[in-house]
Amino acid sequence: MATMPASASDLLKSFKLKTKQQELLIRVSILCLVYILAFITRLFSVLRYESMIHEFDPYFNYRTTLYLTENGFYDFWNWFDYESWYPLGRIVGGTLYPGLMVTAVLIYRILRFLRFAVHIREVCVLTAPFFASNTTLVAYFFGKEIWDSGAGLVAAILIAVCPGYISRSVAGSYDNEGVAIFALLFTFYVFVKAVNTGSLAWSLASAFGYFYMVSAWGGYVFIINLIPLYVLVLLITGRYSMRLYVAYNCMYILGMLLAMQIRFVGFQHVQSGEHMAAMGVFFLMQVFYFLDWVKHMLSDTKLFQAFLRITVTSAVAVGGIALGLGMVSGYISPWTGRFYSLLDPTYAKDHIPIIASVSEHQPTAWSSFMFDFHILLFLFPAGLYFCFKRLSDATIFIVMYGLTSMYFAGVMVRLILVATPAVCLISAIAVSTTVKNLTVLLRSKNKVVQTGSTKGSGGSKSSSKALLDQSQPFQKNGAIALLFGAFYLLSRYATHCTWVTSEAYSSPSIVLAARGAHGNRVIFDDYREAYFWLRQNTPQDAKVMSWWDYGYQITAMGNRTVIVDNNTWNNTHIATVGRAMSSYEDEAIEIIRSLDVDYVLVVFGGVTGYSSDDINKFLWMVRIGGGVFPVIKEPDYLVNGEYRVDKGAAPKMLNCLMYKLCYYRFGEMMTEYGKPPGYDRARGVEIGNKDVKLEHLEEAFTTSNWIVRIYRVKPANNRWWLNRYKFG
Amino acid sequence: MEARIRARVNLALTFFALLFFVAGSSPPRQFVISNAERRIDLSSHIINVHLTLKVENAGTRPASEVVLALTPTEVDHLAMVDASAIKGKRKKTTSLRLEVKPTELPDAPPIDTKYFTIYLANPLNSGESTTLEVLYVFTHFLEPFPAEIAQSESQLVFYHDTALILSSYHIKQQTTFIKTPSTKVESFIRMEPTNRVGTEIKYGPYEDRPPYSISPIHVHFENNSPFAVVEELVQEIEISHWGNIQVTEHYKLIHAGARHKGVFSRVDYQSRQSSNGASSFRYLLARLPPRVHSVYYRDEIGNISSSHLRTDSLKSELQIEPRYPLFGGWKATFVIGYGLPLQDFLFESSDDKRYLNFTFGCPLIGMVVDKLTIKVVLPEGSTDPSPVVPFPVEHHLEL
Repeated sequence: MATMPASASDLLKSFKLKTKQQELLIRVSILCLVYILAFITRLFSVLRYESMIHEFDPYFNYRTTLYLTENGFYDFWNWFDYESWYPLGRIVGGTLYPGLMVTAVLIYRILRFLRFAVHIREVCVLTAPFFASNTTLVAYFFGKEIWDSGAGLVAAILIAVCPGYISRSVAGSYDNEGVAIFALLFTFYVFVKAVNTGSLAWSLASAFGYFYMVSAWGGYVFIINLIPLYVLVLLITGRYSMRLYVAYNCMYILGMLLAMQIRFVGFQHVQSGEHMAAMGVFFLMQVFYFLDWVKHMLSDTKLFQAFLRITVTSAVAVGGIALGLGMVSGYISPWTGRFYSLLDPTYAKDHIPIIASVSEHQPTAWSSFMFDFHILLFLFPAGLYFCFKRLSDATIFIVMYGLTSMYFAGVMVRLILVATPAVCLISAIAVSTTVKNLTVLLRSKNKVVQTGSTKGSGGSKSSSKALLDQSQPFQKNGAIALLFGAFYLLSRYATHCTWVTSEAYSSPSIVLAARGAHGNRVIFDDYREAYFWLRQNTPQDAKVMSWWDYGYQITAMGNRTVIVDNNTWNNTHIATVGRAMSSYEDEAIEIIRSLDVDYVLVVFGGVTGYSSDDINKFLWMVRIGGGVFPVIKEPDYLVNGEYRVDKGAAPKMLNCLMYKLCYYRFGEMMTEYGKPPGYDRARGVEIGNKDVKLEHLEEAFTTSNWIVRIYRVKPANNRWWLNRYKFG
Repeated sequence: MEARIRARVNLALTFFALLFFVAGSSPPRQFVISNAERRIDLSSHIINVHLTLKVENAGTRPASEVVLALTPTEVDHLAMVDASAIKGKRKKTTSLRLEVKPTELPDAPPIDTKYFTIYLANPLNSGESTTLEVLYVFTHFLEPFPAEIAQSESQLVFYHDTALILSSYHIKQQTTFIKTPSTKVESFIRMEPTNRVGTEIKYGPYEDRPPYSISPIHVHFENNSPFAVVEELVQEIEISHWGNIQVTEHYKLIHAGARHKGVFSRVDYQSRQSSNGASSFRYLLARLPPRVHSVYYRDEIGNISSSHLRTDSLKSELQIEPRYPLFGGWKATFVIGYGLPLQDFLFESSDDKRYLNFTFGCPLIGMVVDKLTIKVVLPEGSTDPSPVVPFPVEHHLEL
C-alpha cells in the first residue's frame, strides 16, 4: 500500500516527460505535414496539364538553365545571346540573376549523383514548390523567434497555402520569385536572430542569405532598404545595443562584398541611389558607437551634450555633402524609374509606359487583396495589435516589414508576393495568441469547476471566487463559440486557398483550356503549335518580329531569333517594333526591312474569344512607340477617346499593320452561329475592315484556332526599290 | 564480377535499306521466260511491283539459279526484293519463299545492269518450267513535278520505267499493268499496244523480245497520298528487371512530296478541305503490340494532346496528329514512348540464355524509314549479347 503513491507519482513523472516529448512529436509531425502540403498543393497544374514551364519569363529561365547544364558555368557566365534583341544581342551572363538557374542545376546534379535519371525540365518545374516547402520551415522558425513556437506553426500553415505566395510558386512557374521569397524570409529570420543574440555567426548567415537573395532576384533592394530603416527606427527609439551593432555591420559589409560578385549588381551597392540608405545608416551606426564611447569616457553630461551636437551636425553635413557631390558628379546614379514608380504610383503611367503596360505592375485592386489574403487581411491588424502590446526588437521588425510591404503591395500587384510572408506571420501571431488565450480560459475554468465542486462539499466560499463562478458559464460558452468561430474561419481560409490555387493560379497560360458545348474539356495548344512550326519549318537564322511579350517563348520554344523580348532593357528597340506595328504597311515594311525581319508573329483571339491578344495590347504599342517616335499619335487610333475595331474605328486603326495582320482574311470566317462573318468574339463586334490586302507580307502559318498568325516578309522587289530611290 | 559491374550494355543495331553482298558465280543463261506479267502499283509513295514469271529451262543441264535484272536507278531505290515459287494450279496454289541474293555478272551488257539471283529449291530439269513470283518494293521513286506546288494544287508525280521488262533472258510474251491512284493522268508514253482503262494502263502484250531490250516510258499522274518519310528513327528498347519493356521512338518526319510554295491559308484549309492541301496529311497511325501501356506522344516542347489510343486483344492502334498539318517539305519531330509486358517478348531457353523477340521496324503505317537505329538496353548483369536479324545489319556494342 505504501508503494502505491510512489509508483503513481513515478508514472505521473514519466507521463509529464512524455507530454513534452509528445508536444515535440506533434510539432515535428505538423511541420512535416505542412512541408508536404505546401508542395502538393502546388501540383494542380502538373496533374491537370503536364509537367511544363508556365507563362513568359520562366521560359527564359528554363532556356538559360538548359544552357547552363549543357555548357557549364563559365560559358554561361560569358554567354552572349545572338538569338534575342537582334541585331543588338544580349549579354546574358551580365544581365540576369543567376541564383535560380544555379540552384536548379545544383539540384539536378545532386539528383543525378544519387542516380535519379531526371530531366532538367522536371527539376525546373518543381523548383518553386520545393522552395515553397522550405519557406514554410523558415516561417516556422521565424514565428518562433518573434513570438513562440505556436505562432511559428500557425505561420507555417498559413504561408503553405496562402494564394499570394502560391500565385508565384506553383509547379512550372520557374521564376526568380520562387526561390527569392525563401531567400528573403531566410535573410530576415537570420538577421532578426542575429539582432536578438548579437551573434557573429548568425549575422554571417544573414550576409550569406542576403547574397543568395541578391543572386536570385532584383527584389533584394527591399532588404537593403528595409533593414537600414529598421536599424534607424531602433536607433531612434533608443534600442541601440551592441547586438544590433554587430548584426548590422557584419551583415551590411559582408553582404555588400558578396553581392558585388553578382555581375548584374556589380558596384551598385556603392554607386546607386537605391542603396545609399544602407550606407548612410552604416555610417550613422559608427557615429553612434563613437558617441557611446565618448559618453563612456566623458563623465560630464554638459560637455557630452555639446559634443553630441557638434558631432551630429558635422556628420549629417558631411554625409549630405558627400551624397550631393556623388549625385552631381554622376558617381551615384539617381533612382531608376522602376524604383521611383514604387514611391509614386502614378509616375510610371505618365513617364514610362513600358512599365505601366505590364499587367502585374498595375496598382492592386481591393478584390485581389481579398483574393490573395482572404481572412489574413482581417487578422493582420489584429496581429499588429498583439505585436504592439509586446514590443521587442523582433516584433518591431515584423511590424515594419508588414507595414512597408503592405504599402508596396498596394502599389503593384506583383508585390503582394513580398507582403505575403509578413502578413502570414503577423496573422499567425493573432491566431495563435487568440486561440491560446481562449484555451487557457477554458482550461482554467475546468479547474475552477473542479475546485467549485470540492468547495461545494467543503462549504467554504470566498467572495472573489463566487464572482468568478458567477461569470463562469457565460465566459466558457463565449470562449467555445469564439474557438469554433476561429476554426471555422481557418477552415474557410483553407478552402478558399485550395479553390484559388486550383482555379486561378494553376493554368500554364501557354496551353489554354475551355469547356466545350457538351461540358468536355477543349485544349487550345496554339502557342506551341506555332512555335514548333517556327522551329521546324523556317530557316535556322530566321528573324521573328513580334510584340515583346512573346520574345522569350519564341526563343525558348521556337529556337528562332527575335527582335525584342521580355527583358525590356532597350525601350527604343521596343518602340521601333511598336511603331512598325502601328504604321501603315508601306511605312512598316521599311522598318521591318531595316531590322532584317523574316517573319512577323501576331497573337489574335478573335476566333476563340481569347482576350489577351495583340489587338487588346495594341494601345500600349501605340503609346510606347509614340513615346519615342512622335510620328505615332495615340488620338489617331481612337474615336472620341474610344478604342474600337468595328466600322466606327479610326481610319488609321483600320489600316495599320497590326490590324491587317490580325484580321487578314478574317472577314471570310464564320466564328459564331447567327453572327455575320468576321465577327470578333474577343471584342464582340463585327470587324470594320473585312477586305484586308497585304502587299509586302504573306501568310506563312496560322494555327488551328487562329491564336497565333505568322507572316512571311516577301523578298524585296528590286524595281520597287529603284523607283523609291528615283522618285522618293 | 567486373562484367557485372559495368553491366549496362547498349546494343545498337543499324540497318540500312540497301544492302550489298558479294557472292558470285555466273549463272548459265539457259532459261527462257515464256510468260511475264508485271503489275506496278503506284497508289502511294511506296511502289510495289509484282512480277510473275513463267520460267522454262531451255538448256540441256538442270539449273537452279534464275537471274533478275534491274536498272541502276531501280537498285538505288530498291527497299526490298522477295521471290517465291508457285506450286499447283488455279485455286490450290501454294507459294514457297526462295532465297534471293545480289549477284555480279562478269559479262555484263553495256548498260550498268544489276543482278539478283533467285535460288530455286529444286533444280529445274531441261524442258521443265516453273512459275516465280517476285515482289520489288521501291521507295523515293516518284519524282514530284512540278517540284513546288501551292496549297490549292494537287501533287503530280512522274514515274519512269521501261515498257519492256529488263531481263537477261529471252521473253516470249510480256504484259505490264500500271495502276495509278486516280484517273487523273496528265500524260504517259505509249508503246503500242497500249491501253488505258480507268486507273489502269496496260502495256503489251509484247511478243518475243530478246534479252536486254528496253523501251523507256513515263507516267505523269496525280498522287495525293501522304509522302511521309521518317528521315531518321531511333528506337530504344529498354529491358527492365521489373517486368517491363520501355520503348522510346524518336522520329524525324518530313513530307517528301512536292514542296509547299507560297502562303498557307488557314481559312482555305479549314473551309475548303477537299480542294485545299490535298497532298498534305494530318494523321498518322501506329500499330503497336497488344497490352501496351503508358503510351505518350510528345516533342521537345511538351506533350502533344492530339492522339488517341485504341486497344484490343490483338493489337493497339495509336492515332497521332502532329502539331500542324504537314505540307510538302515541312518537318516535324516527335517522340512516342510506351511500355510493354516483359513476358510477351522475353523468352528463356534451356541453355540458360534469354531471347528478346522484337519486331524490327517502324510501327507507323505507310511510312518510309531512311535510317533506322535500334538500341537495346540490356538489364544489369547481362553478358555476351548477340543479335539475330534475318538480314545483314551493322551492329556494335556500347558499354
